[in-house]
Amino acid sequence: MPERYLAQTVAAVGKARKPVLVWLQFQDCTGCSESILRSSHPDVADVVLDLLSWEYHEVIMAGAGGYANALLDRIVKNEKGKYLVVVEGAIPTAEGGIHCMINGHTALEIAERVCRNAAATIAVGACAFDGGLVRAKPNPTGALGVQEAVPGLKVINMAGCPHNPVNTAAVLVHYLTFNDLPALDQYNRPLFAYGRIIHDQCERRAHYDAGRFVTEWGDEGHRKGWCLYKMGCKGPAATFNCPVVQWNDHTSWPIRAGHGCIGCASPRFWDTMSPFYDRLPSVPGFGVEVTAGEIGMALVGATVAGVTAHGLITMIKPAPKPPVEPEERKEA
Amino acid sequence: MARLVVDPVNRIEGHLRIEAQMDGGKISDAWSAGTMFRGIELILQGRDPREAWIWAQRICGVCTMVHALASVRAVENALDIEVPENARIVRDLIAGSQLVQDHVVHFYHLHALDWVDVTSALKADPAKTSSIAQSISNYEKSSASYFRGVQARVKGVVDSGQLSLFASGYWGHPAYQLPPEVNLLAVAHYLEALSWQKDFIRLHAALGGKNPHPQTFLVGGMTTSLDPNEPFAVINPDTITFLRDLVKQARKFVDQVYIPDVLAIAPLYKDWFSRGEGLGNFLSYGDYALGDPKDPNTFLFPRGVVLGRDLTKVLPVDAAKITEAVNHSWYEYSDGEANGKHPSKGETNPKYTGPKAPYDQLDVNGKYSWLKAPRYDGKPMEVGPLARMVVGYAAGQPEIKAAVNGLLKALNAPASVLFSTLGRIAARALETRIMAPHLETWVDQLDSNMAHGKVSIFNPIRWDPATWPKSAAGYGWHEAPRGSLGHWVEIEGRSIKNYQAVVPTTWNAGPRDASGQRGAYEASLLNTPVADPARPLEILRTIHSFDPCLACAVHVIDAGGREYTIPTRTNMGVPNAILVAH
Repeated sequence: MPERYLAQTVAAVGKARKPVLVWLQFQDCTGCSESILRSSHPDVADVVLDLLSWEYHEVIMAGAGGYANALLDRIVKNEKGKYLVVVEGAIPTAEGGIHCMINGHTALEIAERVCRNAAATIAVGACAFDGGLVRAKPNPTGALGVQEAVPGLKVINMAGCPHNPVNTAAVLVHYLTFNDLPALDQYNRPLFAYGRIIHDQCERRAHYDAGRFVTEWGDEGHRKGWCLYKMGCKGPAATFNCPVVQWNDHTSWPIRAGHGCIGCASPRFWDTMSPFYDRLPSVPGFGVEVTAGEIGMALVGATVAGVTAHGLITMIKPAPKPPVEPEERKEA
Repeated sequence: MARLVVDPVNRIEGHLRIEAQMDGGKISDAWSAGTMFRGIELILQGRDPREAWIWAQRICGVCTMVHALASVRAVENALDIEVPENARIVRDLIAGSQLVQDHVVHFYHLHALDWVDVTSALKADPAKTSSIAQSISNYEKSSASYFRGVQARVKGVVDSGQLSLFASGYWGHPAYQLPPEVNLLAVAHYLEALSWQKDFIRLHAALGGKNPHPQTFLVGGMTTSLDPNEPFAVINPDTITFLRDLVKQARKFVDQVYIPDVLAIAPLYKDWFSRGEGLGNFLSYGDYALGDPKDPNTFLFPRGVVLGRDLTKVLPVDAAKITEAVNHSWYEYSDGEANGKHPSKGETNPKYTGPKAPYDQLDVNGKYSWLKAPRYDGKPMEVGPLARMVVGYAAGQPEIKAAVNGLLKALNAPASVLFSTLGRIAARALETRIMAPHLETWVDQLDSNMAHGKVSIFNPIRWDPATWPKSAAGYGWHEAPRGSLGHWVEIEGRSIKNYQAVVPTTWNAGPRDASGQRGAYEASLLNTPVADPARPLEILRTIHSFDPCLACAVHVIDAGGREYTIPTRTNMGVPNAILVAH
């Protein structure tokens, strides 16, 4: 969402109360908190001080312990149905959720209480989206993403490792402007950010089409910015707007930095996109439409049909969600 | 006697709980507990060691990249790979920038609100703040109208009744002692630093595509190709110009904002130069070679151990003396818990025995944390900026010695003031100032190498797993912003057999061991007065002075407990990983 909406939003809101924002951190690395602190449009200070009343966020809020817990209780009670909640990190479900506790309560219980009373829940990063790295095999703690741990909740997923603050800030501004969420795909990710294949937006695409590939790190092709497909790049099997919005105020993105894409905005990417240096099993074909199911569950090392469309912008089609292994829930 | 509980501890990375026993308004005993566990090392088993860094990097997104560096060093050590000079320089540049950015963020955004009362800034006279600012620094944003603008912005937030990040603060607490004008100065720089940190860390994006979690490391080098004539080379003359501008700006911010603020605020809290000491034992693995990378004596941050505050003696670091105890940690050892285990022989079976949720109090006589208790030669140690400055000072490292002496002269105080809560804050500021000019040197070195046609960035000798031995083991060390970090890896065939990280915050925040010795946090809280138990500001001051990072600190290794030996390919007792990485 363009930044110009911010001024309109602030003007529209006027002296009215700003929506309160609660940012919960569970089985996380705080990378997604750090990522929102890199927001330039709107500027991070505008986001956390002016856009919303950014009240509960453990990594940066003023208060600790009893004061922080009382504040959270107050928000859930007094702002019921009106506040926004952002979740960062996975939610462990094994052994009753004892692998993540805050103030003596499990993450699962906190998520139930805080998210169910919110106006909307935004899951940021791969871990809150679908369990992310914490859920990768053998998933020692029975970790799940928010929408599976708290079933039936309306969640908007800002996948990625980390989420890109450009997209999350856009969703917040959109919400404040229209009191609604943008259009979502079958994984509840906004189409504007997750609807296009990386390979189709890649600045190195011309080299792929011309058959110019990096074959060894640091070789002539690597210095010239040729295609990283042979070095394991997952760009042909992944969707995200990373090549377009880039990172850190449009400074760069991983492929420009000379490393292949790891598909970090894709479902269950840690298991489905690794080994990260293995070549995608089939050379992307020509003119083949694929579904998001095939894209998302690319299954490196397993059989994959033609991966993407040559020269076509492929819109993702609905596909079933990735399966939840029964053993992951058995101890919940 | 009452038990005081702080959970969550805020303005840290991760999930930390402090329980403190109060006796006559002072803390008579304390327990530090990590309350979150993920098991990343278990998840790493069976995966390609060349990509271990991508996974290990996600141990932490605040000190992002430090685990990537320790991981590639460990695998390079195991597979006997030496990286090209350019790769070493790019790694030092990325890590050094991380240290500078992380320390500034810590001071302003994670720590300042323990010392700075935001609401008091509203009472300040902006003209007086302006004269204070101009008396301590040449920083150009120092006019009365600038500070008036900041004050108006904060007033807008406070008057709206919606205080955002400041909603849960302990405003008006009697332990806040700064005059309103200094509070306003600090609030202004809180906002400046918020903006600066995101601009400066574009350095990681330029070299790694993004921050957090730059995607640029390789076992054997870096992906940052160099070419003076190619527009799409990651490092070309355009990049050098960009990097040079960023590191110059960083040095300016450190010299003109961060350092003057620390020097202005610290003397107004003199009591805290004698509170919060803790153990008095310090460990530094050392890092950042300035000369021969194979000689730790050339490290900017020297390697060594200082025991019992004795600045006359620096003991060598013997990797074999590192152990981890689980007597008070939610794990069990197969052969009993009487002795700690070396990381290379570690075993971890997570076993939660704490109270059922919801609970009010932990059973601190039993197991009470997801952190293990690392020990060096059986002793608990403090790691981090203070440990590095203490070891460097005692070892006579010229830059550190000059910086510490300069500080002590400015404060007109003996070296003993270092062993305190404020000592940690001062040490962090000193090492940031020491690091900043080296960033410029590393950019210059890259520029010079590129101009002379020296563009090697990757050593391909072991990229193909077919070239690997049947089994290999190694370890890699790094002095991360929060202290000494070590990764240990065992490779069998083409995959990871065993992986472990021993992390700075595990040293500092770990629980008691078999003989009941407290960890660094626990020891540092003893005898601290707490004026208002409902608002335990004093606890936050000392705990935050360590810059806790709990996601890093909780880890688990090979559930099978398979043993392997420490790699023997060492030179002068220096792990290979350190040698080749420098």
